[in-house]
Amino acid sequence: MGSKVTAILVWVSTLILYPSMAAAERTDGILSTVNLPAAGSQIATEMYDLHMYVLYICVVIFIGVFGTMLYSVIVHRKSKGFKAANFHHSTTVEIIWTIIPFFILFGMAFPATQTIIDMKDTSTPDITIKATGYQWQWGYDYLQGEGEGIKFLSKISTPREQIRNEAPKGENYLREVDNNVVVPVGKKVRMLLTSNDVIHAWSVQQLGVKQDAIPGFIRDAWFKADKPGIYKGVCSELCGKEHAFMPIVVEVLAQEEYSKWVAGQKQESAEPAVDVNKEFTMDELKATGEKVYAGNCAACHQANGKGISGTFPGLDGSKIAVGPKADHIKMVLNGKAGSAMAAFKHLSDVDIAAVVTYERNAWGNTTGDLVQPSEIKAFRN
Amino acid sequence: MNALQPNLVMLKKLLILAVVMFAFGYAMIPFYKKICEVAGLNNLLQPDTLVEETRLVDTSRMLTVQLDANTRGLPWEFKPLQSTVKIHPGELVEVMYEITNNSAREVTGQAIPSYAPLLVSQYIKKLECFCFTKQVLKPYEVKQMPVQFLIEPEFPGDIDSLSISYTFFEIGLSNGTTSNEDKSTKSKI
Amino acid sequence: MAAVHHPDNELGHEHEHHGPPAGIMRWLTTTNHKDIGTLYLWFSFAMFLTGGVMALTIRSELFQPGLQIVEPEFFNQLTTLHGLVMVFGAIMPAFVGFANWQIPMMIGAPDMAFARMNNWSFWLLPPAALLLISSFFVPGGAAAGGWTLYPPLSIQMGMGMDMTIFAIHILGASSIMGSINIVTTILNMRAPGMTMMKMPLFVWTWLITAYLLLAVMPVLAGAVTMLLTDRQFGTNFFNAAGGGDPVMFQHIFWFFGHPEVYIMILPAFGIVSQIIPTFARKKLFGYSSMVYATSSIAILSFVVWAHHMFTVGMPVTAQLFFMYATMLIAIPTGVKVFNWTATMWRGSMTFEAPMLFSIGFIFLFTIGGFSGIVLAIVPVDIVLQETYYVIAHFHYVLVSGSLFGLFAGTYYWLPKWTGNMYDEGLAKTHFWCSMIFFNITFFVQHFLGLAGMPRRVPDYALQFADFNMISSIGAFGFGFSQLIFLYCIIKCIRGGPKATDEVWEGADTLEFTDLPSPAPYHSFETPPKVK
Repeated sequence: MGSKVTAILVWVSTLILYPSMAAAERTDGILSTVNLPAAGSQIATEMYDLHMYVLYICVVIFIGVFGTMLYSVIVHRKSKGFKAANFHHSTTVEIIWTIIPFFILFGMAFPATQTIIDMKDTSTPDITIKATGYQWQWGYDYLQGEGEGIKFLSKISTPREQIRNEAPKGENYLREVDNNVVVPVGKKVRMLLTSNDVIHAWSVQQLGVKQDAIPGFIRDAWFKADKPGIYKGVCSELCGKEHAFMPIVVEVLAQEEYSKWVAGQKQESAEPAVDVNKEFTMDELKATGEKVYAGNCAACHQANGKGISGTFPGLDGSKIAVGPKADHIKMVLNGKAGSAMAAFKHLSDVDIAAVVTYERNAWGNTTGDLVQPSEIKAFRN
Repeated sequence: MNALQPNLVMLKKLLILAVVMFAFGYAMIPFYKKICEVAGLNNLLQPDTLVEETRLVDTSRMLTVQLDANTRGLPWEFKPLQSTVKIHPGELVEVMYEITNNSAREVTGQAIPSYAPLLVSQYIKKLECFCFTKQVLKPYEVKQMPVQFLIEPEFPGDIDSLSISYTFFEIGLSNGTTSNEDKSTKSKI
Repeated sequence: MAAVHHPDNELGHEHEHHGPPAGIMRWLTTTNHKDIGTLYLWFSFAMFLTGGVMALTIRSELFQPGLQIVEPEFFNQLTTLHGLVMVFGAIMPAFVGFANWQIPMMIGAPDMAFARMNNWSFWLLPPAALLLISSFFVPGGAAAGGWTLYPPLSIQMGMGMDMTIFAIHILGASSIMGSINIVTTILNMRAPGMTMMKMPLFVWTWLITAYLLLAVMPVLAGAVTMLLTDRQFGTNFFNAAGGGDPVMFQHIFWFFGHPEVYIMILPAFGIVSQIIPTFARKKLFGYSSMVYATSSIAILSFVVWAHHMFTVGMPVTAQLFFMYATMLIAIPTGVKVFNWTATMWRGSMTFEAPMLFSIGFIFLFTIGGFSGIVLAIVPVDIVLQETYYVIAHFHYVLVSGSLFGLFAGTYYWLPKWTGNMYDEGLAKTHFWCSMIFFNITFFVQHFLGLAGMPRRVPDYALQFADFNMISSIGAFGFGFSQLIFLYCIIKCIRGGPKATDEVWEGADTLEFTDLPSPAPYHSFETPPKVK
């Protein structure tokens, strides 16, 4: 019996201590490991408080009910010679314990209702950003407000060697991307969500946003960050093999810095785009190709082109990579249905030309083939 | 009387229940569409007709309508010619979209509209839209297409920004789904 | 309505009072409810171990950050099949096994209403299970879109998905046949005097469960059929390009999925409602309110499905409706917990294994219920959806709920089935190991979820490393504790102290009061008198 009581006591005390433990963490401002992370927006704060409020109520009820049961377990036992009573029914009691929970639930639902209404109010945004889910990265288009016209792709920047345990893991392991979504502080940002292939979900806990991105439809959500900083999120709907590897990083900047960032982006896009009809040299293509390969292909086919036996075919000496150019380009553009090979047509002609050239001339492959961006265009559908 | 009789009657009833529920699964689709239609949650590909010729224009309110465009799996460039329009509820407006076929073949596409926030679609009346029919583009053709719509004056007062989005899907590839593309590749494997 | 019973007409089947034929043919051709119950139980245990091995592989991969043991694609196949195998292969058949063994004995019927159909409904299961498991070995591997099979992801899968869909069809047909049998047996074959409101609660909960199954399994069959035609025959139910809507699948799936949750828990409620009064030596408190609470849970389960989809983008009114409806479920569930507590109150309790598991059930299931309320609050759900918090929540409900209920029931009725008492020491060890390791595994997952670890990922950020390690250790402990269970059962079947006919001092249902231990192969060929 002793062990039983101890076990129960341990659990009850965990339950009591937990909320206070969690609340303490919050004031420290550290990223919590036992509770919701510190809120970075008004809505997220309301969510945080609602959770604590509901949790406290549950803990109180829990202690009430199981305190009673525990007392009964300890006292009303046969081994202590306790004789069973004979009651088995009491309409009054049953009505009371049906009605009281009703009011408790009402007390929980009432504050939640206002938050839901606020959550849905996407009116009058300062900035509108469209996020498009791809397998497996995010595309962002600044549709309206300061920065209108900026668009970029954002994909995980954690090196594959770290994931494969071939290099020590960095501080931001799996929570870093090449291009952060940059927004100004204190401005209402409306997010439009859609997807290119399967359902993804755009989620940043600290900003109180989680919204599915559904192919063919748009959905909206909003946030207003309270203070500058980096806010991290993850794709929150299973979207295939690399689901764990498509993080979201929102960088909140002060207004002036945001304006500077926008100016920088505009300048970059104003620079003449690479001419797709330009003839590239082998070295240029291989250099670009190696980068594209590391970012898009090495996850499966490995940096050494050997693949992973039984799961992902190697490219070193493969039929596709040393066979006809056209098949190779089509494979990269369209992927292979029913397999893990995804379509990469969202990459630019230059990138695809470069990566195909690289694959045909790297490792043991020595086709000597040069694929120019102009050739890719012809294969696009 | 056979003692099995009541059991067989019960069997029949329960089997009917199972069949009805199976049908119900399918019935949820038109049902859901109907509910969405009534609640204005989904978007229909038919033009709306205006009941009254003259409608009240509520000039006291200004709505910001954001125009958005997406393509899925077809070699088109698709964009609105203006990213936003500001209109009063009840005011009839026309906006232009442009599609460019970047490929050397003829491509047929169908646009699917979508609105955000979800509730607004019941207040949007479209008189003309390129999404009512499929669009066929010759190689490298560029086409400008109008959408004529108004937002009803009954539009809820607490919303002042909304998005209208179109996504073009390629159709005519055997039976009109994008998954066909996968299937054709699958058969090659 | 009178429960008519003419043994001569029972599907014209053997009523010579001898034992079953020997060998494998006994099991292949049996129409005896006890044999079929045994088959169901062993099948589900085998599937439980299969799903368990998958779970342990998942937990091994998650032991440390980084990819170590399995590739992400295979990891997704494991999570998908773990879910499907545990839900359709382990938990549901196990409860049907209990229904087969117990319902005829508890209502004083000689067998199930349709004995031959009963045989079919069992023998559909092994081929379905084979299909599911063998899909790992086809090109492209098993379905990897999660057990919820959401399109368009499930459209992308290889033929493993088609095999899964086919398996679900077979499993669904089996469940429907099983449910028809159970409903008919309960409604038509009760012994004279066994009125509806005298039925043991286990029978009541199964009656309601069987109706739920009949109502929703066909809906699931419809949903996966549409998925199949979308994949293979070019329909566009869930494809936006053809005027469909991927979200539609989620609506249909969860219209099945939420009642399914209660299908897996209501019979456990029934088992616990039999055990607690027995070991408290006191009648169940509030019998009729238990019946009403069970019915209201069943009815409410049809109007709460969209709480699984709060992040999909719904209008405010829909979110509010589903939030309120979901919270309402807490009321009848609360009534049940209060009733059990009141049954224990001032009883004369002893704590054998079935009672321990029942108390463990109430204690942990209530934690799962509370996390359910937390998740019902839409704004909180928005931050917790698709995180480990949800994983923790439904494992509290399904493992320490359904599974503990099954363990409790097994220990409770095993002496009646085998005629031997099980080893109480082993059973208690099994309980304490399960209880402790279960909590080590799943309690910490609440923290992981709150801190933002998404579900269905083979790799995670470094801040989640500690709790994942703890959870994995707990999972292995929990997994190996189940071997104690297996050993205990086999030991009990092979011998042990003889059980008395009553088995438990406080037991008052027909199988304990009117039948010897072990229960004879044919029982209640002449209906008992029900007081």
